[in-house]
Amino acid sequence: MADRLPAVRMRGITKEFAGKVVANKNVDLDIYRGEILALLGENGSGKTTLMNMLSGIYYPDAGTIEINGKHRVISSPKEAIDLGIGMIHQHFKLVNVFTAAENIVLGMNEPSGFDLKAASERIRQVCDTYGFDVDPNQKIYDMSVSQKQTVEIVKQLYRGAEILILDEPTAVLTPQETDKLFAVLRNMRDDGKTVVIITHKLHEVLDISDRVAVLRKGEYVGEMITTETTAQEMTNMMVGHQVSLNIERPDVEMDYRMERIRVKNLTVRNNEGVVKLDDVSFTAYTGEILGIAGISGSGQKELLEAIAGLQPVESGSVEYVVDANSTPEEVEQLIGMDPIKIAQMGVVLSFVPEDRLGMGLVGSMDLTDNMMLRSFRDGMSPFTDRKAPKHLAELVVDELEVNTPSVSTPVRRLSGGNVQKVLVGREIAAAPTVLLSAYAVRGLDVNSSYLIYDLLNRQKGNGVAVIYVGEDLDVLLELCDRILVLCGGKVSGIVDGRTTNKNEVGLMMTKLGGGEE
Amino acid sequence: MIHISKRKELPLGQALAIRLGAIVLALVVCGAITTLFTGLNPISVYGAMINGAFGSQRKIWILLQETAILLCVSLALTPAFRMKFWNLGGEGQILIGGLASAACMILFGNTLPNGVVILLEIVCAIAAGAIWAFIPAFFKARWNTNETLFTLMMNYVATQIVAYFIIVWEVPKGSGQIGIINQSTEVGWLPQIGTYKYLLNIVLVALLTVLMYTYLNYSKHGYEISVVGESANTARYAGIKVDRVIMRTLLLSGAICGFAGLLLVGGTNHTITTTISGGRGFTAVMVAWLAKFNPAVMTASSLLLVFMGRGAGEISTTYGLNQSFGDILTGIILFFIIGVEFFITYRVRFEKKEKEATND
Repeated sequence: MADRLPAVRMRGITKEFAGKVVANKNVDLDIYRGEILALLGENGSGKTTLMNMLSGIYYPDAGTIEINGKHRVISSPKEAIDLGIGMIHQHFKLVNVFTAAENIVLGMNEPSGFDLKAASERIRQVCDTYGFDVDPNQKIYDMSVSQKQTVEIVKQLYRGAEILILDEPTAVLTPQETDKLFAVLRNMRDDGKTVVIITHKLHEVLDISDRVAVLRKGEYVGEMITTETTAQEMTNMMVGHQVSLNIERPDVEMDYRMERIRVKNLTVRNNEGVVKLDDVSFTAYTGEILGIAGISGSGQKELLEAIAGLQPVESGSVEYVVDANSTPEEVEQLIGMDPIKIAQMGVVLSFVPEDRLGMGLVGSMDLTDNMMLRSFRDGMSPFTDRKAPKHLAELVVDELEVNTPSVSTPVRRLSGGNVQKVLVGREIAAAPTVLLSAYAVRGLDVNSSYLIYDLLNRQKGNGVAVIYVGEDLDVLLELCDRILVLCGGKVSGIVDGRTTNKNEVGLMMTKLGGGEE
Repeated sequence: MIHISKRKELPLGQALAIRLGAIVLALVVCGAITTLFTGLNPISVYGAMINGAFGSQRKIWILLQETAILLCVSLALTPAFRMKFWNLGGEGQILIGGLASAACMILFGNTLPNGVVILLEIVCAIAAGAIWAFIPAFFKARWNTNETLFTLMMNYVATQIVAYFIIVWEVPKGSGQIGIINQSTEVGWLPQIGTYKYLLNIVLVALLTVLMYTYLNYSKHGYEISVVGESANTARYAGIKVDRVIMRTLLLSGAICGFAGLLLVGGTNHTITTTISGGRGFTAVMVAWLAKFNPAVMTASSLLLVFMGRGAGEISTTYGLNQSFGDILTGIILFFIIGVEFFITYRVRFEKKEKEATND
């Protein structure tokens, strides 16, 4: 490939933030026409920053960019679009109350004037060419995440993008949707377009890409032809040393297992009256990790919040089994309780919510103050005691290797992985009997993710009932003892993590059936 | 091309230097404008400003008294603001507190002993202010109404109520004003410390500053306020009852505003008018923001605003300019002081675009 002219040639690209954090350092990268390049790297390795410079969102401190052999200065997203570069971000930038077509033409200044009909026709052509499934007249708020993503991609193609950059496009998709996306990407490649996909999921890299470029700590460390490499080799390159890619699933003795949380016929409506959980029943045991799989928004959030006493419930019950062996069985009802009442009953229920800085932690407060978020009431004094929390913060920083200047740094300034370590560290330090976690490794790099899996496994070994809401099916299948699959607020089945496979779970996520039928 | 990027935390010295630079720049701009419009020597105009604020013992006392009252109102707003509850009703809460103390003085001045009247005044003023702030807080907590509009509207209601009672109690009839209450007996007047008319107010507010600082930074209530201000979701997660914290905090906020009304009516003015709060309910918003809701820094920001107000008044009398000119200078200085925060948070760089690269 070296003799071909690259579509993009980046040389010596350097970008610093706030004059201190080096996001990219002297990166050289070539991207060729008609290929799918996977840009691989851990969190904070500078993948997104590098691509943001290509799409005009950031401007490099040093280095040059050539597009099709010509030296270019890309100083705004508009200039990037004019050069045929389009980027699909992790967070979609669509106007909810507009239709797909309106969103696609939004901000375009077509010489022919504003003609929505003609635009819709052109959109259909684009869709037919590559196999997209988009209704130009559908409103964005009526769309699934996957459909919104499709609109974003069509938007870029409609604007004449020849070089398409996708930032972790599969994070929000089911396996089936991912397959569909990949099929479309392959069509685009075969049509001569250039596709860059940013990811840290190795099996996807192997599946979709022609070539892999690896970044580590902002620096370019090398590239490989996908067919000539393995997941292990890529990981080693990404992390910089040998790592084991197996997630452990230790077996806990069966007589150690007893019922802990019993959810019966739980139905929850949100503020708008939409049913988010529909007659959900299951039991979580001590010493097990119960995985919860499902497309995002299938009721995972409501389920965990209902157990934690944060979500008003329409009907049903959540029982906490204090002691299953005593007669009569000692049971506490958690429905109708708030977090304080639950704690007062002696139930130590830890909760790692999905929204780390919007719910689990206070971003503007430092580590010490965040450590006491759930325990600041302890004691009779009207004043807060910061000694114990400070000690705990130092312990968490030490044991979980949190990268922070000090325990008096506001947590908002930490990177995503370190924020999560602080949150998980605090919740585990409470010595819980039930541990609820939502997307515990979302956005974390390989090292941090494995640390979290390890912590969860240790809790399981201590006899904690762990409920793990996850989005990466490969992880769910390797980590969890049992997997409950939610689909549209209903339980479509509970399967054994040791015997099920990705396809079965994937199908259960999209339609009812599977396990029970 | 202009590049704007967020800075990391600046060292304190450097941040201070940038702020100092902004003040110097503000003074230079003010000087230029003064010369341009009035032909006066800016140095002597500044001299007059300083003279207006610090020129005599009496002026210094007034400066300190004004600072104390403004600081008191700012302290009142701060717990609400930390909670991101935008209490713009300071004005009304002061008025109602002032009205309550005036009522005690007028109604019981001839029947109850002085000590009891003062005690009643304190209780009534604080309770009245607290109730005035509690009403919007209750609606916010229950039905999530917009507190900004609600508290603002409560100001007008308070003004009209005060106007009504001024007519009821006017002395002499038909004058449209109350005049000094209990002038001969001085019943209900807060005691003076020695011969210093304003010292009691200043001491009380100084004490209040320390208390508020401690409350916000070291008490469990203060912690709850900060969590609620950051995110109601986080507060729920931590088991904090958001409704209760909102109502409790606004009771406190209104109580202190009512207390400020007491200091004005019972402590210094001994009468009530509809303009007795003098816009402090709004000026205090600026004081609190300038200090980023830190009570200690607020002593400085309230002093600054009062100093400029007094100085502006002085130049208008000394040079026969109208009051607006002093306000223009105050505005320019504030513009620089507030504007500099942008340069402390962000770094701005100018870069030349490479010509040959864009033309091909």
